[in-house]
Amino acid sequence: MIKLKKNIPLIDQHDKHGFWGGKFGGSFIPETLRKPIDDLTVKFEKLRKDKKFLAERDYYYNNWVHKGPTPFIKLENLTNHLGGARIYAKVVSAARGGAHKIYGAITAAMLCKKMNKRYLVTDTGAGYNGKMFSIAAKHFGLKCKVFMGHKDYLRQQPNVDAMKKNGAEVVPVYTGSQTLVDAVSEVMRYWVSNHEKVHLGVGSTVSANIFVKICGWSTAQISRELKKQMIDEFGKIPKKVKLLNCVGGGSSAYGLWSEFMDYDKRQISFEGIEAGGPKNSKKHAAPLSNNSKIGVLHGAAQMVCQDKFGQISETESISAGLDYPGVSPLHCFLKEAGRANYVSQTDEDALSAYKLIRKLENKINPSLEPSHAFARAIAIAPKLSKNTIIIVNSCGDALKDKHIIKKRLGKY
Amino acid sequence: MTASLIGQAFRKCKAEGRPALLTYTVAGDPTKKKSLDILKAISKNVDIIESGMAFSTPIADGGDIQTSAHRAIQAGINLNETFKIIKEFKKSKYPRPVILMGYWNLILQFNENKFIKFCKKSGVSGLIIVDLPHPENKAFAKKCKKNEITFIQLLSPTTSKQRMKQIIKDSHNMIYYISQSSTTGGKLKVTPKEILKNYNKIRNLAKGKNCVIGFGITDKNISKFKSANGVVVGSLNSKIITNAIKKKHNPVIKLDKMTRKLKSKII
Repeated sequence: MIKLKKNIPLIDQHDKHGFWGGKFGGSFIPETLRKPIDDLTVKFEKLRKDKKFLAERDYYYNNWVHKGPTPFIKLENLTNHLGGARIYAKVVSAARGGAHKIYGAITAAMLCKKMNKRYLVTDTGAGYNGKMFSIAAKHFGLKCKVFMGHKDYLRQQPNVDAMKKNGAEVVPVYTGSQTLVDAVSEVMRYWVSNHEKVHLGVGSTVSANIFVKICGWSTAQISRELKKQMIDEFGKIPKKVKLLNCVGGGSSAYGLWSEFMDYDKRQISFEGIEAGGPKNSKKHAAPLSNNSKIGVLHGAAQMVCQDKFGQISETESISAGLDYPGVSPLHCFLKEAGRANYVSQTDEDALSAYKLIRKLENKINPSLEPSHAFARAIAIAPKLSKNTIIIVNSCGDALKDKHIIKKRLGKY
Repeated sequence: MTASLIGQAFRKCKAEGRPALLTYTVAGDPTKKKSLDILKAISKNVDIIESGMAFSTPIADGGDIQTSAHRAIQAGINLNETFKIIKEFKKSKYPRPVILMGYWNLILQFNENKFIKFCKKSGVSGLIIVDLPHPENKAFAKKCKKNEITFIQLLSPTTSKQRMKQIIKDSHNMIYYISQSSTTGGKLKVTPKEILKNYNKIRNLAKGKNCVIGFGITDKNISKFKSANGVVVGSLNSKIITNAIKKKHNPVIKLDKMTRKLKSKII
């Protein structure tokens, strides 16, 4: 059984080959990328100890992303409606641009400058990562290119418009299922050919070891804020807390949980909610909750949806941001170590959750990704006592989903 | 036994004063039968066959080979079928040494040991695993060597000299030099002269080993690489198959013609 170590951030609990628990992660990359990745690793490890760099990061994270921490609010009406556990939301969608991806984007832009590069490239599924990269690139005076599966390009139009407005070039990817998996493949290919001039920021805690680390290091801001906010709200860390987060690649979930890793899971438990896809569909994007086999995708060993021959499966989900066959090695590790639990909710569950929340709560407008996590909260809250605190990371704003929601629910 | 076939092929070419011609085609592209027919037809002019194991998510391949891989998967290729193709090919008139090339996940799912066993049974001489770099590949490479299969290490223009030395030290009798920083099939951004300059540095460090150059090699530039131990042509073949399908031509004939042309340019 693999074990979580205490007092060391999970992103640093890998061995010298980059594996968590001896088997998840690593750097399965073409030889050409070895040097750019080694260079980036050396630079990042140095900068994360550099006081000036940290001060700059803190300025951006604490002031520019949002004036002070993103809100932590009680969903009073939802709690009363369901009875049982008290439900709260960490409203990360209040961040500049509308999602947690802004943290990784800022880090990437800062690293890009430190590496003396002028071009920032990334992948995007829901379009939020691309949008945040375009915002950061514009602010830091960098050029930006975003790879996006063509299916996502069409279904997340508002974010495509935002990227273009910020001056980014959006490249639709037509291969495979034309979703996030293809966008990540394509951005890696682009980097193979252009690594001398271009800095790659991967949009989630996936890909080769260093990208998992950089992304997790960035989103960890969410739980640093939350820890303080919980103490402000409750006077101390409560006795029974459930932290719910949707999981696609897993960047926001790692961000919500990272500060709480060392707590006993009976006090603070983690639940990751994957995309179960349309009801009755065999396709899903939930490798952890369906016990998919370990495989290698995009440079890392992870649980991944695949056939018996190792061909990566096409996935299906209403949420472009969760529509990914693999999942972060960090989450594979947390599952196997027994620290986190993973379940899936369907497209329909997410839509119903969205509808209920919009009916009862006017302070949040969660996108379809966190709506999966809210669906889980709605399902479990009535069975729990009011001493239990459920906190859902409302990590994205639904504006990008307005067309899908209008089509499926009749109005946005 | 099988690994030494690669050495023999290189020795034969050296004696003829020319580089070895290696061709890459994806097994099962455009169909299982046609891909076998292609190997049978081109092997007359080819010294070493590289056969691609089609993978759904090939991160180091450009558009042409991606298209081939998807076509082959659509046509029902998998590793069992790939080995059947190789086995049949090895019974044909020009049973050149075969190198399988692909991505680690397929082998992982097939099972490493079973994979090596099947390689031996079907007559595979060498392996190139694109996303299993050094030093992570050491254990598997050792296993290959024990089973007389050449594990071919890759070097690229970005590989540092120190790393190069280590990789060469752990390499078997063949090394693959990636001509430039690009995916397969990228247009050459650097001159053949520059590529050869780097290549010769490797040759000096890897005395006695056979070094081939690949990525971006076509009928247009192959003659510039005559001084190498071997040259690999891959994406061009995929492109020819794609074009043949579009124009309803027979890809077997088209590829046979192209390999004849390639061969003529290096003798």
